Amino acid sequence: MLPFLLRRVGVMVLTALTLSFVVFCLTNLAPNLEKLARTEGSVRMSDEAVLSWIENNGHGGPMVMRYGQWLGVVPGWTRTDAQGVTRGRCIQGGLTAETAPRYCGILQGDWGTSTVFREPVIKTIKDKLGATGWLMLWVMLVMVPVSLIIGVLSGMREGSRTDRVLSTFAIATTATPEYVSGVILVVVFASATTGISPILAEWGWISGRTLFLGTATSAIDQITFWNFALPVMTIALYGIGYIARMTRASMTEVMTQQYIRTARLKGVAFHQVILKHALRNALIAPFTVIMLQFPWLLNGVVIVETLFNYKGFGWTLVQAAGNNDIQLLLACSVVAVFVVLLTQLISDIGYVFLNPRIRLS
Amino acid sequence: MTDWDPSKPILEIENLSISFFTRLREIPAVMDFSCTVMPGEAMGLVGESGCGKSTVALAVMRDLGKTGRITGGAIKFKGRDLTTMTEEELRHIRGSEIAMIYQEPMASLNPAMRIGEQLAEVPIIHQNMPRAEALALARQIIADVRLPDPDRILRAYPHQLSGGQQQRIVIAMALMAKPALLILDEPTTALDVTVEAGIVDLVKELGAKYGTSMLFISHNLGLILDVCDRLCVMYSGEAVETGNVREVFDKMRHPYTQALFRSIPLPGADKNSSPLIAIPGNFPLPHERPKGCNFGPRCDYFRDGLCNARDIPMDAVTDHDRHATRCLRWTEIDWNAPAKVGKITEKLPPGRLVLKMEDLKKYYAVSSGAFGGGAAKVVKANESLTFEAHENETLAIVGESGCGKSTFAKVLMGLETATSGSIMLFDENVQDTPIQARNTDTVSKLQMVFQNPFDTLNPSMTVGRQIIRALEIFQKGNSDAEREAMMLNLLDMVKLPRAFAERMPRQLSGGQKQRVGIARAFAGGAKVVVADEPVSALDVSVQAAVTDLLMDIQRENHTTLLFISHDLSIVRYLSDRVMVMYLGHVVELGSTDQVFAPPYHPYTEALLSAVPIADTRVQKRRIVLEGDIPSAMNPPPGCPFQTRCRWKSQVPGQLCETVLPPVQVLAGGHQIKCHLSAEQLARMEPVITIAAE
Repeated sequence: MLPFLLRRVGVMVLTALTLSFVVFCLTNLAPNLEKLARTEGSVRMSDEAVLSWIENNGHGGPMVMRYGQWLGVVPGWTRTDAQGVTRGRCIQGGLTAETAPRYCGILQGDWGTSTVFREPVIKTIKDKLGATGWLMLWVMLVMVPVSLIIGVLSGMREGSRTDRVLSTFAIATTATPEYVSGVILVVVFASATTGISPILAEWGWISGRTLFLGTATSAIDQITFWNFALPVMTIALYGIGYIARMTRASMTEVMTQQYIRTARLKGVAFHQVILKHALRNALIAPFTVIMLQFPWLLNGVVIVETLFNYKGFGWTLVQAAGNNDIQLLLACSVVAVFVVLLTQLISDIGYVFLNPRIRLS
Repeated sequence: MTDWDPSKPILEIENLSISFFTRLREIPAVMDFSCTVMPGEAMGLVGESGCGKSTVALAVMRDLGKTGRITGGAIKFKGRDLTTMTEEELRHIRGSEIAMIYQEPMASLNPAMRIGEQLAEVPIIHQNMPRAEALALARQIIADVRLPDPDRILRAYPHQLSGGQQQRIVIAMALMAKPALLILDEPTTALDVTVEAGIVDLVKELGAKYGTSMLFISHNLGLILDVCDRLCVMYSGEAVETGNVREVFDKMRHPYTQALFRSIPLPGADKNSSPLIAIPGNFPLPHERPKGCNFGPRCDYFRDGLCNARDIPMDAVTDHDRHATRCLRWTEIDWNAPAKVGKITEKLPPGRLVLKMEDLKKYYAVSSGAFGGGAAKVVKANESLTFEAHENETLAIVGESGCGKSTFAKVLMGLETATSGSIMLFDENVQDTPIQARNTDTVSKLQMVFQNPFDTLNPSMTVGRQIIRALEIFQKGNSDAEREAMMLNLLDMVKLPRAFAERMPRQLSGGQKQRVGIARAFAGGAKVVVADEPVSALDVSVQAAVTDLLMDIQRENHTTLLFISHDLSIVRYLSDRVMVMYLGHVVELGSTDQVFAPPYHPYTEALLSAVPIADTRVQKRRIVLEGDIPSAMNPPPGCPFQTRCRWKSQVPGQLCETVLPPVQVLAGGHQIKCHLSAEQLARMEPVITIAAE
């Protein structure tokens, strides 16, 4: 297994390098840098001043060299201006030109400074990723069991009434994008004027004005059922439908297999056929799909975090993109790349354990 | 169940009718089927695919799916009617009183569960046995079905076992609860003949040991003769003849049974002097059955106004032991009249040399280990193949799965290139030329007929279009109209109506599809045709017709036919020379008469002995090979066959274990790769003898 892991990690690093270089190039295009110069320097700078600002702040030179600096394999830039003050990529905080290290890229742990939040990018990412981590954890906790149960229940008797009801539900939820289902959920459960909240308030069943909170801002400090249920459900609903459909397809196929007939004709009771014989075989295919949901969740949270104003990773990504925060954008994309690659690695390894026939090579 | 009297039948099926219901119509699958199985008796169910024999088996298990329903009759097991039982009652009977053995062992075992768990489940469910005790019982039964190293097998997953071992596990699973009735649904169809022989012996022995009754379903008459006491011949959903096996084989009283026996190659049949007699016409579809006798339209003894007037009941044959036939004219037919002899042809002399292989080798490199890596191993799929093939000649290549016969075909066709050695096709060396690099002429002269006609035709293209496509590729004909005409001629050649050009493959039966496959192969005027098990996926009555067609076309075009097969009966019938392969080696090569008569290579001897022959006059010496074919990844040193050879003790010293035997050339160019001396070989006795009547 070790050579396999080493090989996969090697491929992961290579992929991450390539992808981050692509993102680096895109975020460091000339118009972006010009915009950066005008926001950091002055909006009314002349074109020459912009060019010199870019040059003086280390954004000039070949793209590869700049990427190398950001990565930390090329010495950071230094520049001594007319007054004899030496500035440089690595000269920051209390450091002087003499005490500053030569290299300061992400390999050294220096992810740069966010221009939006005015703090080190690494801190922003850590905080926001933590917040999103909680969201993803709850989504997974809700989505995976529910979708598997729905999928297995509808797949074990194809064409039955249960199957049709559950399938309709699954198709409906997966056909509704988050920005629609989120709005519907807010309208139904978290509006003081429409939905069920006014009725409940009238009956005196709830003390506040709405049943659920329409925003999840407070969940950053403390997660409660009332402030977190709606964002979690918004993301989970879509995934539930999708994974349930996959599980159902896999389950119906397994149920037609001959070994299921063997089990049935051995005298195994129906629920035991499902639990002991069908389930493990039916979970092999959805497992890959579930692992693919992680990177997709990162994507899904962008909409939901913005909708519910939950200051997590997705919200940060939107802020960074909207405000031309190059360092933060880069960091976000590196994180996204690693989440994708890591979940795929876990998925491949898990696949081998679920399916004794599989040999990876 | 205690009130059941052991002298009464264990299974009594009375006038059973089963239908499948689709949205369009009711499709009757089995009609008015009756049979009785006494304790300790083995009952055979024979028939072609679609005749309803598996449906009967599943009906006994009451597992007909959502669409199937029993529409009439009763199935009495130990006196209790299974058709009226509840799910719960059935569950207690399934697996404990009636157990089933299936056709495809790999598909019948749960791939994600260890063997031990799957076996132990049976007594845990039915006898509430503690797990440890159940596993101990499983271990004992695994030893009973003669599998080596039971402890390893208990912990193994199904995919880690060979096909024969898997089938032994399925049998073990059926025996876990010591059932009173065992249903075997084509239990050996997916297995090699030598493995099949082992399984059949095991089934017979266990049947005798535990006194189990058996319902044995097969399309192979030879197997039925081997295993069963009584049989029931089915045709198109009805039992047409039932009785004692020997009586039905020797004194059949139904035209279908007779036609069936005349269409299978028995020893003595020969493609030139006594060709097989195919049953004319096609098997009727369930919703297109004729009125009266279902076999009527294909029957030689059909009489209008009698056979198609009304439903025909089973009629007891007098003077015989519980023998009955569904024929109105059985008393009028002269059953001893010799069959109308088909057209007798002259054997064509072999022509010029068209194919010559010299010392051909094909090795593959594979890796092991769950996550890749592991030691790289070399699979020696073909080891030093040397042979020649001439015009007009049929060379059969015989061997069990894994012997390298398919690899050989791939290398010859150019789908793989040879590791070393040479292939001379006409006057060209093709061993290093992959098919993409071969010129159109070579490709069209060397064609293949594939094993499974169901998968080799494009399902979304008409039959005519597919043949025209082949003509286009082979650059035949100058215009579309010309190619159209050529295509119609090809359809004539394979004896398909011209109207079939517009049909889709799904509208054709298996035999018809194979004819299309043959037409496609001969579209470019092929001179060498590799037929990879061309009839093994077809029903016996169709096999004869397709085989005859191949022979006719060969005679007309002077084709060289390389006939790859594991079916020795058909090989004996149609080939001129036979090449026997084992683990990539050619162990014997000679004319058909030489190979099928002593002296044999020890492997050929075992192979011949393993083939079930549906003829009561034939007496066979039983030679059962122990164990499985060794893996080509890890072949034994010395002679490839030494691990299973019963003659090994007669060779002095460690010769067999250490030295690869040389090729001995005996009289008449007969080649045998064996260490046995010429005198020892000469002392061999024939495996098959036909008793004088």
